[in-house]
Amino acid sequence: METPTVHHGAMFDTNELVLNMGPQHPSTHGVLRVVLRLDGEKVVDADVVIGYLHRGIEKLSENRNWTQIILLTDRMDYVAAATSNVGYCETVEKLMSLEVPRRARYVRTILCELQRIASHCLWVGTHAMDIGAMTVFLYAFRERELILDLFEEFCGARLTYNSMRIGGLPLDIPPGWDKKVLEFCKIMDSKIDEYETLLTHNRIWLERTRGIGVISGPEAAGLGLCGPVLRGSGVPRDVRKDEPYAAYDEMTFDVPLGTSGDTYDRYLVRMEEFRQSLRIIRQAAEGIPDGPIVGKVPRLIKPPAGETYHAIESPKGELGFFIVSDGKSTNPYRFRVRSPSFCNLQGLRRLVRGHLVADVVALIGSIDIVLGEVDR
Amino acid sequence: MIDQLVIPLVKILIVLNATLVGVTYMVLLERKVIAWTQSRLGPMRVGPYGALQPIADALKLMIKEDITPVRADKWVFTAAPIVAMVPALIVYAVIPFGDTVNLFGREIPLYITDINVGLLYIVSVASVGVYGIILGGYASNSKYPLLASLRASAQLISYEVAITLTLVSVILVAGSLSMVSIVRAQESAHVWFAFLQPIAFVIFFIGGLAETNRSPFDMPEAEQELTGGFHTEYSGMRFALFFLAEYANMIVVASVATTLFLGGWLRPFPNVAWLSFLDVIPSWTWFLVKSFGFLYIFIWVRATLPRYRYDQLMRLGWKVLIPLAIANLVITGIVKVLLL
Amino acid sequence: MPDDPKAPEAHAPKAAVPAGPPDPAPPADLAPPAFLASLSEAIADGIAQTSYFVGDWTVVVPVARLLDVARHLCDAPDAAFDLCSDVTASDWPTRPQRFDVIYCLYSTRHRHRLRVKIRAAEHEGVPSVSGIWPGANWLEREVYDMFGVNVTGHPDRRRLLMPDDWQGHPQRKDYPLEGPGELLMENPIDWLKLRQARDEADIE
Repeated sequence: METPTVHHGAMFDTNELVLNMGPQHPSTHGVLRVVLRLDGEKVVDADVVIGYLHRGIEKLSENRNWTQIILLTDRMDYVAAATSNVGYCETVEKLMSLEVPRRARYVRTILCELQRIASHCLWVGTHAMDIGAMTVFLYAFRERELILDLFEEFCGARLTYNSMRIGGLPLDIPPGWDKKVLEFCKIMDSKIDEYETLLTHNRIWLERTRGIGVISGPEAAGLGLCGPVLRGSGVPRDVRKDEPYAAYDEMTFDVPLGTSGDTYDRYLVRMEEFRQSLRIIRQAAEGIPDGPIVGKVPRLIKPPAGETYHAIESPKGELGFFIVSDGKSTNPYRFRVRSPSFCNLQGLRRLVRGHLVADVVALIGSIDIVLGEVDR
Repeated sequence: MIDQLVIPLVKILIVLNATLVGVTYMVLLERKVIAWTQSRLGPMRVGPYGALQPIADALKLMIKEDITPVRADKWVFTAAPIVAMVPALIVYAVIPFGDTVNLFGREIPLYITDINVGLLYIVSVASVGVYGIILGGYASNSKYPLLASLRASAQLISYEVAITLTLVSVILVAGSLSMVSIVRAQESAHVWFAFLQPIAFVIFFIGGLAETNRSPFDMPEAEQELTGGFHTEYSGMRFALFFLAEYANMIVVASVATTLFLGGWLRPFPNVAWLSFLDVIPSWTWFLVKSFGFLYIFIWVRATLPRYRYDQLMRLGWKVLIPLAIANLVITGIVKVLLL
Repeated sequence: MPDDPKAPEAHAPKAAVPAGPPDPAPPADLAPPAFLASLSEAIADGIAQTSYFVGDWTVVVPVARLLDVARHLCDAPDAAFDLCSDVTASDWPTRPQRFDVIYCLYSTRHRHRLRVKIRAAEHEGVPSVSGIWPGANWLEREVYDMFGVNVTGHPDRRRLLMPDDWQGHPQRKDYPLEGPGELLMENPIDWLKLRQARDEADIE
């Protein structure tokens, strides 16, 4: 970053203030560092510095066998680990041209959508907390806990699930689990209204989020933004609809779109996604077909030589895996994750320009990042 | 001798200690109320239902290492918490906690003193407290506290204007600056001033939130933005002083609001004869109950509302509250002249 | 290594390194999408090779024509790839053009995908596409950081994930897996002293 410039005003010369936000800061959602150049409290420019949580998952994966990598994908988006599991397994299945049984695809859909709700719960809590509404945080965590209980029952873990296998599921759903999922849907319905009562029509919330970080659809697409951030700008882009995976082609659901592309629209899009996710979960949980849970998977997983890119819609946006197999070894030759948080975070610099310090916090919250996924 | 020296000293001692204990328990109350709002339990470990938590907190803060940053302005850095704390405490000198009581054959009024410019005294002393925040932020020689102290000075000065204007309209109605006389005026007017001056009451309440840096106006300490604001660099007892000053100020605002607008120590409907059985309850209880109600609302607001942004806060202050307060003052004056 | 008679280099990968991805040609009965035809019409030498594998279309483009092809794919109405979803690379050290740089493109209008691939030698300049898709900015920075691909014309070419003073490019296949060189492994105390001296110099 260049040295601060000096404005020569009519009466005073004013210096720009360089403010270092993070990596230890209460609302950078982990170890994000933003170097802000301020004119008073107005942001002139921002430099987003990442890499504090870089663990080299891509490099690590090149030295693990195909099944061991599932465990590493848990550690990327650790608030929606099952989604990463599904994304990775589907990519390998695509590389091997494996058929996944319908039962497994339905359960994957349920898990993905439960994760979306869990991740959005975390998002709405922290986003509201950043703007100062502290109660929503604990309400949202109360419901997230129910989802974690469901996951615990399914795979024994509460955060890093390792809940998927190449070709299907590691184990069948426990008896009565689908009933519990439906019960959860019933509880969740009213709770979303509860969050909305606290925020959606709250005047301070409106003032804090409307017109903040406005970005148009084409510009958002050009910046590589994805997921709810892109949809908040009105671009109908949802991997679940456009390139269906798991059992999404058999589900009916709407893709909520924003109109003005500001923080408030992104908020509304995600709130509506809660409801659409519940809709998908209901359809999937009521219609889980009988049958095997694992397809015809060879004992030794060794995809043919070649490369492929496969994307799924994680709670944060398009989560893509680009995998190169050399066809000879039991580990990938190149393992690349296109993480939605990484690409969305890139837009932060564009979004914060011209806003105030308080809005920076609101905008970091509104693009919903997980640093584990940004840095990998 | 006893009237001149001993009784005031005893009263000062009682008020000072009661305030400090009250302030620490205010912290517990806040944590408990917010926890209940958020479907949690709050502190439960120290003492039954966490009742001894404030003592544990105080102990912890006292034995914590007291850090002064190398580049801080050491004298100002040390003085700032004191400057914040002292005004918050000496304001209690003029607050009437109750009516006169008869103790050991002596008539003892339940206030330390009743000066005829009581309200003026409160306003002027309370505004000194702002310096503590500004100096603390400035002396830390760090960017976050600096931004916070800029915010604080702008915010507190502009909300002080609104508050003082509402106080003037109350003075017009009561015809006195003395706190005790204002309570008596409400007794003789047969109505609390909250009903005579509803706009002033609301503006005072909002301004009071802003004056005490309470949510949704807690910009100077906005944890999520400025990592704690003006007290980012403070630790240990000096941090505790800032912390206590904030809560002491909250109690001051609640007490002043009770005195000015809710009839102070008066029981509800002080002029209705058949309610006179309520006189069994001592007058200071009414005062405490009313102030507690205020404090509860303070906490409730904090648990519910998001935070305003700095520029929105200034806009609210200068474009809404101050014009309203001025209009209220003018109308009060006109009505007063025409009707009386 | 039993299957490798020659003594391996100091940190060379253990398994025999393949020379590159197979990039299979599309089957004869599968017609390439229309935008590829119009691309090769508009830019004659734009496509060096077309390949199809498990449902993905890939075109290999000469480095010199990358910007033209990218501009065409972004602007042409039948292609309209407005979203550059990923830029990445893979390293094939036995090849003279050791890097594959891969651009995963997506069109939000037509909902189709395409992968554009270029092959670049170690110091060969790869023009930045961040002028066409601003979102490629960080992705190219990461490619530079991780592989040392010489991205030219980039508005802000700095390391992204690794510290600024990092030596080497970790995602290369010949990067030592043990960490930053032998000094750390053999003489950790010296290494720590060196670090400390450098950090202190930084602070002052």
